[in-house]
Amino acid sequence: MESLIKIENIVKRYDMGAEELYALKNVSFEINKNEYVAIMGPSGSGKSTLMNIIGCLDTPTSGTYILNGKDVSEMDDNELAHIRNKEIGFVFQTFNLLARSNALHNVELPLVYAGISKNERIKIAEDALASVGLEDRMKHKPNELSGGQRQRVAIARALVNNPSLILADEPTGNLDTKTGEEIMALLADLNSKGNTIIIVTHEKDIAKHARRIIKIRDGLIADDTTKPLKGEI
Amino acid sequence: MLIIEIFKLSLNTLRTNKLRAILTLSGIVIGVFSIIAIMTALSALQSGIESGLSQLGSNTFQVQKFPAVNIGGPMNAKYRNRPDITYEQGVKLMEKATTYKYMALEYWKSGKVFKHGQFATNPNMGICGTTPDWTYTNDYYVKDGRFLSEKEIQSSADVCIIGLEVVEKLFPKSNPIGKKILLDNRDFIVIGVFEPKGESFGQSLDNIAIVPITKMLEIYGRRESLNISVQASSKDNYFETVENVTSVLRVIRGVRPGDENNFEIYSNESLISSVNSFTQYFKYGAGFISFIALLAAGIGIMNIMLVSVTERTKEIGIRKAIGARSSNILTQFLVEAIILSQVGGVIGIILGVLSGNLLGIYLQASVVIPVDWVIIGLVSCTMVGIIFGVYPAYKAAKLNPIDALRYE
Ligand SMILES: Nc1ncnc2c1ncn2[C@@H]1O[C@H](COP(=O)(O)OP(=O)(O)O)[C@@H](O)[C@H]1O
Ligand SMILES: [Mg+2]
Repeated sequence: MESLIKIENIVKRYDMGAEELYALKNVSFEINKNEYVAIMGPSGSGKSTLMNIIGCLDTPTSGTYILNGKDVSEMDDNELAHIRNKEIGFVFQTFNLLARSNALHNVELPLVYAGISKNERIKIAEDALASVGLEDRMKHKPNELSGGQRQRVAIARALVNNPSLILADEPTGNLDTKTGEEIMALLADLNSKGNTIIIVTHEKDIAKHARRIIKIRDGLIADDTTKPLKGEI
Repeated sequence: MLIIEIFKLSLNTLRTNKLRAILTLSGIVIGVFSIIAIMTALSALQSGIESGLSQLGSNTFQVQKFPAVNIGGPMNAKYRNRPDITYEQGVKLMEKATTYKYMALEYWKSGKVFKHGQFATNPNMGICGTTPDWTYTNDYYVKDGRFLSEKEIQSSADVCIIGLEVVEKLFPKSNPIGKKILLDNRDFIVIGVFEPKGESFGQSLDNIAIVPITKMLEIYGRRESLNISVQASSKDNYFETVENVTSVLRVIRGVRPGDENNFEIYSNESLISSVNSFTQYFKYGAGFISFIALLAAGIGIMNIMLVSVTERTKEIGIRKAIGARSSNILTQFLVEAIILSQVGGVIGIILGVLSGNLLGIYLQASVVIPVDWVIIGLVSCTMVGIIFGVYPAYKAAKLNPIDALRYE
């Protein structure tokens, strides 16, 4: 299978005055295209740190990161911005929508930075919102939407540039169980359509949607298992 | 990302924070307004003064005790202590000076009432006692009748020549020539009527009566200094004439060699240049004040932009997370600062030009748009926007995406 992510000896160190804190001690793994991976681990184990590095929001202290055959660890700010814009769709626990903009504009925003024309942008954004079932909420601002609806907007925004990779850091953490299930179904659906998905969670129920589970403890990989496909047993 | 998108974005942000934007931009409005209003009013005034001054005949200058434009405060002691210019000195000057073409002595009284029969004027008429050359030195032409004769000066005759406004007020239907007129309650006979002369600085030049200077001295006494107006025969010997009149008058008034003149000589040209140097001080003052105001406004913009960057750290993080480049963020905040200062600048310019011109119109000057100052205003606003917007914008742009996202 084709490799999408290749991480080797990633270390993330935070210098806190006198102390040094290793959020990631030494992490290596590979993720192939169209995989659905859940990263699990107790709070503070380094899951978000790892996701932020994969999502090019943060840079590792050392180690290499190859995304889609390109060495991300060598890239400058502008190239990273381009990767974040085109290759990665990030879904956050706290949604991170622009509070003063409506759903449509929030979803449109990555396309704005991609330099796509207004008319085309609106069409793509409308389609993305429709695909998460929000065709009748396009003009609503985040504070006029429920938590589940907000997360759908965030997912539509993550999808809109047709990225190679969708990252979701505890996407159901701020949602009730039922809404969380709906969001997970949405992500499973995206995976079945060919998207590569990495999700961070500490809930087993949520993780069961993924075929592969990487467990992290204290900045190290503790376990990495892929469930066999049903027919393979 | 297109600059148009960024522009729209910045406008939207400013719109969602209207009150703050208005308060911030009002600093710029005040700074630009003050400089544009003052410059507009001064330009209007200056052009008014220049056209108003041409009322003095060409190649003509005036001799008087006090300077025409007195910068050092009202009638300061240096001028007050000078001896008056007397009738005798004037007559002697006419005899002794050699190079002039026309010379007239003037003794003015203003705020008088003229009457004829049941008609009376407002108390804003001027009487001038003078000598025959006055009609040439002051460029007043007699339309009907005649001007004063030498004989009428000698005999201190009760005759006068009146301006058009006096005719319109007192002789609406009849021909004034030969008629009796009361000037400040004294009887005179009208012997001539002037051609209309118009206005200068919003004051009519046609509300006058001219009488023999001797009569004037008889009526109003000798306690005031006279003016002397002199016309040179041509432009070429204008300065020669000024020199000749000056040196003869110095002798007549007993000024010792090496001492300063104890009288002032001024012409259209010297008046214009002294008005100009006077307005120059105003311009420097206004420029300085406006500079301070713009500086304060710029600091205000910077302050608000810094607050805005801090408040919107999360927004910056979100934008960066979905692919905004540092340059996109920099432009966004910079454009916001420039829009603030530009809108302020344009409002300031419009208000400034309007009120400057209103002042000008009130002072009877013509309407002007000081294009140079409008451009200077716009350019300095842009500069203020850029200078004071760059730092906050840079601060926003260099934020690390994950740090910005985590900001609470
Ligand atoms: N910006 C930071 N500065 C210092 N320490 C940090 C920072 N971000 C995370 N850490 C620390 O790194 C460790 C891993 O954090 P994180 O990746 O957020 O854990 P989680 O698995 O709960 O998502 C924690 O101990 C956390 O305190
Ligand atoms: Mg976390």
